[in-house]
Amino acid sequence: MEKILVCIKRVVDYNVRIRVKPDGTGVVTDGVKMSVNPFDEIAVEEALRLREAGKASEVIVATIGDSESQQQLRTGLAMGADRAILIETAAGVDPLTAAHAFRALVEQENPDLVIMGKQAIDDDCNQTGQMLAAIWDRPQATFASKLEVEGSTARVTREVDAGLETIEVDLPAVVTTDLRLNEPRYVKLPDIMKAKKKPLETLQLADLVSDTGEQIVATHWATPAARSKGVMVSSVDELLGALKDKGLLA
Amino acid sequence: MSKILIVAELDGNSLNSSTRKCVACAAATGADSIDVLILSDQCGAAAAAAAQIAGVNKVLTVEAAHNAAPLAAVLAPQIAAAAPGYTHVFGPSTTFGKDVMPRVAALLGVGQVSDIMSVVSDRSFTRPVYAGNAILSVEVPADKIVVATVRTASWQDAPDGGTAAIEALNVDCAIPGHTRFVELASAASERPDLQTAKKVVSGGRGVGSEENFALIYKLADKLGAGVGASRAAVDAGYVANDMQVGQTGKIIAPELYVAIGISGAIQHLTGIKDAGTIVAINKDPEAPIFEIADIGLVGDLFDIVPELEQKL
Repeated sequence: MEKILVCIKRVVDYNVRIRVKPDGTGVVTDGVKMSVNPFDEIAVEEALRLREAGKASEVIVATIGDSESQQQLRTGLAMGADRAILIETAAGVDPLTAAHAFRALVEQENPDLVIMGKQAIDDDCNQTGQMLAAIWDRPQATFASKLEVEGSTARVTREVDAGLETIEVDLPAVVTTDLRLNEPRYVKLPDIMKAKKKPLETLQLADLVSDTGEQIVATHWATPAARSKGVMVSSVDELLGALKDKGLLA
Repeated sequence: MSKILIVAELDGNSLNSSTRKCVACAAATGADSIDVLILSDQCGAAAAAAAQIAGVNKVLTVEAAHNAAPLAAVLAPQIAAAAPGYTHVFGPSTTFGKDVMPRVAALLGVGQVSDIMSVVSDRSFTRPVYAGNAILSVEVPADKIVVATVRTASWQDAPDGGTAAIEALNVDCAIPGHTRFVELASAASERPDLQTAKKVVSGGRGVGSEENFALIYKLADKLGAGVGASRAAVDAGYVANDMQVGQTGKIIAPELYVAIGISGAIQHLTGIKDAGTIVAINKDPEAPIFEIADIGLVGDLFDIVPELEQKL
């Protein structure tokens, strides 16, 4: 296998407690720590492991976003990716537009495998990988917890509601990662220094995809209703009493 | 005039109850008609079940050997071929629907609304973002077909009471051979299904080992409950992945949820927010699970759980 393309997204760090803006126009992102989407970090790690196992020769990380997203590409490079591509746009993109942009990039780069996180932890859409596979007319293996590449096929174990499903796909294909696929490596300081010298190319989103108009219009953000504070009991008997009071036990 | 097509989810050859949730959501949009599409190698039993759901007008079946396993790459072109004439195409927000529906949306050239929690109008919905820490209202423009997944924990099962016609549907599309089903490894269980159980008992890292999980099973059996686990317990190998409750596992809404030895990471809480009553048993009084529990009991689960099981 020659190339693996890994698609990543800059998101609010998973440790940040999100606050909705009082006017309902979004969530507060000013001064908030931003990171690589955790599922995408797993995707980078998996690509690197394939390269280290001699199954691929080059790992490219790509993202769509404004110039700030270079930071996340640099993280991917520091982890070990060979080069990076920023598809630059000032505005956020919806998953369908992202899929079309990555499709255009696939046209340029001809990867044998595209790996990305199963969902971004900001919009929680869980769509881009599937959409890319659809418009590319190639296989998809979503929610992967195990990936084995052999020649021109990949065998992927998927985490599904019923258990673990294994499918076989012809390459090229799109794989989306689930949490148990691997544990991403820590980036060391020398790697961060080295990453600064690695190539980072910038393309313009507008050159890759034509504007398809807004697919789904976000109209309002709100804070979810909180569950009301419960009671503490001090013994099993009190617990049983409280459950009986609620009609949950006979 | 809204016409909604629902993509049914099957367990083997029987209808998964997530399909009923989709019907409930579709009905909430004020749909003029609701059809259910069944793709399988043996549609009969699922079609008969779907035809009895109140509110369903027609059940369409596409019976073919290549539909034996739910492969998104195989099903999506068939669903897209069946979509013309409909204003909406819904599927459940289970791993089945999450896999196939975005592929359908892209084939139809439109975006997808993921995880409908509530219906504002036939084209306007709310959905959770940031692991449920914010609720987003979205609107689909009038000229676009609405492709969406339905967050099953937010909806009740649509009841029986219908007598829909069942029709075989011919779909004209190429079936790709690039994706092949190999196997499904399922931890078969006699216990109530986690996703539909009225009561669920879950264990976390505090349970300590696979052997100790016997305590959780014993209590669950006494209660007639399904069994779940936190991500920590799954990662530690105490139980299989299909028991994971939380943001990346199953999102459930039982009447009673008993969390044992679960600290309550935000990702876990996301999966149980819609539960009726949450009981937490944990030795750490500062555990975040107590912030959302309706009834909390601080103490050693190895003392409390056996006592509870005995007194039930």
